[in-house]
Order: sequence, then C-alpha cells, then structure tokens
Amino acid sequence: MITVSRVNKTFPLKNDRFVALGDVSLDVADNEFVTIVGPSGCGKTTLMNILAGLETPSSGQALVNGKAITGPGPDRGVIFQQYALFPWLTVRKNVEFGLRTAGVGRAERRERAQHFIDLVGLHDFADALPRTLSGGMKQRCAIARAYAVNPSILLMDEPFGAVDALTRVRLQEQLLQTWSQEKRTVVFITHDVDEAVFLANRVVVMAARPGRIVEIVDVDLPYPRTEELRLSPAFTALRNRVWSAVYHQEPVA
Amino acid sequence: MTVVQADTEVNAAAPAAPERRRRGVPKTLLNLLSVVLGVGVWWGFSLGGDIPAPPEVLERGWELIADGTLADDVLASLGRVLAGFVLGVALAIPVGFLMGWYGIVRGLIEPWVQFFRTIPPLAIIPLAVVLMGIGETPKIFVIFLASFLACVIATFQGVVNVDKTLINAARVLGAKDGTIFARVVVPASTPFILVGMRVGLGSSWATLVAAELIAAQQGLGYRMQSAQLYYDLPTIFVGLISIGVLGLLMDRLLLLAERRLTNWQDRR
Repeated sequence: MITVSRVNKTFPLKNDRFVALGDVSLDVADNEFVTIVGPSGCGKTTLMNILAGLETPSSGQALVNGKAITGPGPDRGVIFQQYALFPWLTVRKNVEFGLRTAGVGRAERRERAQHFIDLVGLHDFADALPRTLSGGMKQRCAIARAYAVNPSILLMDEPFGAVDALTRVRLQEQLLQTWSQEKRTVVFITHDVDEAVFLANRVVVMAARPGRIVEIVDVDLPYPRTEELRLSPAFTALRNRVWSAVYHQEPVA
Repeated sequence: MTVVQADTEVNAAAPAAPERRRRGVPKTLLNLLSVVLGVGVWWGFSLGGDIPAPPEVLERGWELIADGTLADDVLASLGRVLAGFVLGVALAIPVGFLMGWYGIVRGLIEPWVQFFRTIPPLAIIPLAVVLMGIGETPKIFVIFLASFLACVIATFQGVVNVDKTLINAARVLGAKDGTIFARVVVPASTPFILVGMRVGLGSSWATLVAAELIAAQQGLGYRMQSAQLYYDLPTIFVGLISIGVLGLLMDRLLLLAERRLTNWQDRR
C-alpha cells in the first residue's frame, strides 16, 4: 500500500522557485496497476523519484505500508526510461545485480535470474551484452532485473517511451502478461493516453504549474486486455475521457 | 511460468556490422603499403645526400645490435619510461577517482593539476636537476609527472561522466556507496582511464629523450645526443626508429587491453 499525503516538492530557481508538486495526495492499493499521465512538467517523474527514494518531498509524506520512505529500498523496483542497464554486464549479470547486492548465493541467484529472463522472453539472449539488444529487448531485460529482487512495488518511468509504436504495443501486452503471473503494485508513468488506459486499474491525470492531480479515472475493463478490447467502444470512451482531462486543462493562476 | 515469444525485434543489424567493415582492401595491407611507400620516399630524399639511406641505417642498426649497445640503450630507456609511467598511472588512478567522487578532494587538488598541466614537463627538468641531482631520479620524476598529469585528468573525467541513471539504477537495486563505486563507477570509467593511459604513455616517450639530456650514461636519447656531436646521422636514425617502434608496440599493447576490457562499448 502506497500513501502519498499532501506532498509538495519545490526546486529553487534563480529568483523564484519551481513548484514541481503542489499538495499531491494519492493512495495505491496492493497489486493495483496505476498509470500516471500528464503533460511534461507536471511532476510525474518527481513523484516517482520520491516514491523510489531518490528524492525527498519538501513537505508532506510518502509512505509504503505505513512507513515513511527514507531512501531506495529492495521493496521498490524501478524501471527507467533510458533502460539504465549496465553495459559491461550481460543480460544475466544485469538481472543478477540486485540479487548480488542482497547477498543471495550463486546457485539461487542464477536460478532466480533465469526464471525472470525466461519470463520476459530473453532466454536466447541471457549471455548477450546490452549493446547487441534492441530497445524493446533492453527494456524487457530491465523489467526482469527489477522483478528479480522481488519488490512488492514496481515503479516505471515512461519505460516504453523510447521504443517504436509497434514494439510498444507488444511490450504493453507482455507487461500485463508478466504482471498477471507475478502480481505487484505497479505505478506506471507515461505521456501516452492509450497506454495509460490500456494498462491500468486506475489512471491518474496530472497537470502542470503547479504539478497536481486533476482527475482519477477508474478503468473498469476486464483483464486480460486484448486487441478487441483496445478497439472496443468502452475503451474508446475511457480513452476520450482521459484525453480531454490531459489536453484540456485550465491553467491555474 | 510461460515463455513470452517475441523475438521478431531481434536486432539483426548489430552482428552484421563488423562483417561489412571487413570488406574491401584489408586494413593491414593498406598499412603495409603505406610503410613501403614511406620508406621509398625516405630513400628518395636520401639521394640528395643530406640524410642517410635506409640500407646505411640498417647497417648501423646491425652494428649497434651486434655490440650490444642498442640493447643496453633500449633497456635503459625502457626502464625509465616504465618506471615513470607505472608510478604516474598508479598514483593518477586513485587521485582521479577521489577527485571525481569527492567534491572536497576535487576542489583541493584540481587547481594544482590544472596549473602543472600548463607547464611542459620539459620545463621542470632544470628544477628537477637542482633538487634531485643527475642520477636516475630526476629523469624518472619528469616522466612520472608527464604520465600522471595526462592520466589523472582522464580518470577524473571518467568518474564525473558516469551516467547518473546507472548510479540510480544501482541504488534502487539496493547498492550502497562502496558497491556503487566498485561495480558501477570503476567499470564505467575504465574506458576513460585507458585512454588516459595511452595519452600518458605517449607523453612519457615524448619526455624521455629530453630527460636523458641530463647527464645520462646510457639510453636512446643519450645515444642520439652523442651521435649529434659526431654528425653521426645513421645512429640518430636508429635511435628515432627504435623509440618509434617501442612506443608503437607499447601503445598497441594498451590498445589490446582496452579492446578486451571495454568490448561492451558501442563502437563505430
């Protein structure tokens, strides 16, 4: 359970200060899939960094299971837009990285890494270096790496932002497939409205200046989500609703 | 556990690229051709009578090898270069890491590094002679300084340039400072350090001959100096070629190490 309560985050500018997050509150239930969508500058990445423990709120609180977040922890896995794979390590060694820092023994490490490498479909590339992988494969490797340390929460910051549209659709389907087998709480940031609706139980719409939540849309569509669902009127209606929430925001004076 | 099949996006272009590069005239052949042409040009110029022709230099080279002079000189020079270079690099790597990792260390050391960098190591020689006498110490010291300055900047740049996302990725995977340093910062800055070592090696050789102007009894630089007094051009050529060949060999060795250690990098 994630609880964000009245979080503010300001960054000092030359003569002014920039309000990245203004009074943001949000609860995410266990095993819920929440997507956060909004224009650039709405503070969605800042919010994720606070949840990851890479940044601290200026005021307010971010809690996981009732405990304040004080730094990065193995209970929260993070997947970055730029993949952030260690280029000098093979796929397998990348996936094992978090297990090694946790002091997991060699044999168990290998076994657990293999499980998640298979899960994301990289079994033929386990010993390949990241530079030989395509963008989509790199991101799948990053997902396996985050899953391997067995976090209860996955934080994903525009993970499919850098791949082409066709690959993105496949990655979305695969992510849901992985998620349905290994349920986790997922907070997924995107600027793609379709993606936000297709993946989520709930879509959180944010606006900029100051960064804030303007609307939360429940997506009451069944899983597994299929291509037919993507083309269905129910999906389109939700998508249109999120779209107008994102693109027709009244600026706050 | 299901296996997700999705490898239509396999990057087929990546492994094919090196193949494509190998087509056309092989690189070694071009290199060889270039050497032959260069010697030809040299030979052409030597007909003017000012400089010795290749066979003359070759003959002198044989003489110097036969009486052991060349081997002694090479060993003396190589010893100095290696001693100075190894000491310089051995100090530069930890100092560069400390400068990159701790702002305080950087603030304290950087002005001095930048200051000494603007002074050519050769200009330090008079001071080194006065302070350290005319033995091996000042010679090695000057070479040490040259390689240290080249390598410390590269190491420091390497640490500063480590991608912040990689450090964050390690942190969210539970790594603490020590682990991040050993398993992210060190490998990520290795390419920079190796480039620094190559530059440092280059400046070591560049400094050597001048360092051997300081009352040396042996060494390639000394041999060329004394040959100059007798207008002995072939010996000077032998010395020049030896320095070039040795420098090139050591550079290739480092390049080989670089290729092996950093084959994970994307190369053009």
